Amino acid sequence: MAQTASMSRKPSLWRRIKWRGIASVVAFFVLWHLAVVVKFSGFAELPTPIQTLQTFFAEYIVNPDYWASWVVSFERVFYGFIIAQILGIPLGLLFGTSPKFRDMFFPVFELLRPIPPLAWVPISILFWPTNESSIVFITFIGAFFVIVINVYDGVGGIQKEHLWLARSLGATRAAIFRRIMLPSVIPSIAVGMTLGIAITWNVVIAAEMIASDSGLGRMTWEGYVSSTPEVVLIGMISIGLAGYLSSITVDWVESRMMPWQERR
Amino acid sequence: MNAVDNSAGTALRGHIKICQLARGFTDKDGNGISVIEDCSVEFEPGLLNVVMGKSGCGKSTLAYLVAGYLNPDRGSIEIDGREVTGPGSDRIMVFQETALWPWMTVTDNVIFGPLVRNALPKSEAKEKAEALLERFGLIDFKDKYPGQLSGGMKRRAEIAQALINSPDIMILDEPFRGLDVMTRELLQEYYLQLFEDTQLTTLFITSELEEALFLADRLYVMSEAPDNIDQVIEVDLPRPRSFEVTTTERYLELKQIAMNHLYAGAEELM
Repeated sequence: MAQTASMSRKPSLWRRIKWRGIASVVAFFVLWHLAVVVKFSGFAELPTPIQTLQTFFAEYIVNPDYWASWVVSFERVFYGFIIAQILGIPLGLLFGTSPKFRDMFFPVFELLRPIPPLAWVPISILFWPTNESSIVFITFIGAFFVIVINVYDGVGGIQKEHLWLARSLGATRAAIFRRIMLPSVIPSIAVGMTLGIAITWNVVIAAEMIASDSGLGRMTWEGYVSSTPEVVLIGMISIGLAGYLSSITVDWVESRMMPWQERR
Repeated sequence: MNAVDNSAGTALRGHIKICQLARGFTDKDGNGISVIEDCSVEFEPGLLNVVMGKSGCGKSTLAYLVAGYLNPDRGSIEIDGREVTGPGSDRIMVFQETALWPWMTVTDNVIFGPLVRNALPKSEAKEKAEALLERFGLIDFKDKYPGQLSGGMKRRAEIAQALINSPDIMILDEPFRGLDVMTRELLQEYYLQLFEDTQLTTLFITSELEEALFLADRLYVMSEAPDNIDQVIEVDLPRPRSFEVTTTERYLELKQIAMNHLYAGAEELM
């Protein structure tokens, strides 16, 4: 690796931290604080960041219910996301590789795809035996379609030369599928994952507000119902952090899936 | 007919005989377009056969047909007496755009062929690959991914990837297009030297007259269908060649002859 110093220069720690980003986060909280202090329209009822933080440390950081909300929401996202990958990737590959299969089932898929995940809430509650399974299902729906479409698109985008060369070299159909087609669609799978994880968080929070008695979404909603804006804000910030952590994790998984790609 | 001494002793392989070949495509509006029509030509083994024509005349289509990626609508292609029915490791193509698989290291790209055919055990394939990469000046990059190589290195890696399979024929479809002039000339010399060392039967497609004359034993001028290959020019420049050859009188004569053929075709179009 020593000889590639010019290819993979690592910026210094200070540069990587990106002070501009930190400054903008700080500025955000300062503005929020000022808006509350001067009672800017709409902010009159809200707590300042410091009050929010105080509430958080006094009542939430050691509150097992609060952490249970994290766990419950994460579980829902995790299961919905994973099941969407497990079913979505093979389906996308099938659509991409088998014209017969595509002709038969793609129209149904396209008919269902435009239905927003939240429109699935009522039928899902009717259909699934437990509340938990219906929320996981809705989360799954959120990620499933975007993953299938991306993988399908990825198969279509495989360079014909990549397949031809493998055929010239004597690769069997199975070898071509495993060694050429699968790796070719990994970048598309990664795009599906990035989009999918963002959608699953969107969906799970809304679904929790509508149809659940637990999770970060529910906690935020209850903060509103009980007129405790601190709880609403703690809920929102928690959701933001949870989504951010998920994205980082997915990015990390993606970079492991594609060791040949330069870091963005 | 035989301009090159091929009495080297070993029987040269890769005689390509194309007979009454036709191949067309259907465009977006459903109209049939004939790209290759009534094309008969022979490429002799042990020669560096260069097919030259302007873009859109069906050069790549011809290469794909010989490689077996496309099937002819009519006519036939025979290699050493056997009809081409699909791709095979006896003829390997180097494409216009890089076809190295970006998720494999250079070494893995090179050994893919022998391993996937179970032609060699992995250790032997690796040894052979490293010898080739050494020869092509890529040994320090054997564990790199193609995305980390320059354009010229990718081309050399692809030639190594082809050669490890000991093909009878190399098909190169405008392989040096898009490279800068220096890299391009270096690679031309590289390939020329490789050819002069091995007499590996080559079908080289290009749209550049200088490149064609510098490399070729025989230059096939290609134009639109029908009767795509209408001129064959014997490039009787001495081998081994270096770039000095491009300043000789004979080179300039041949260039003039080729230009006349090309412009004769162009006038018809105007």
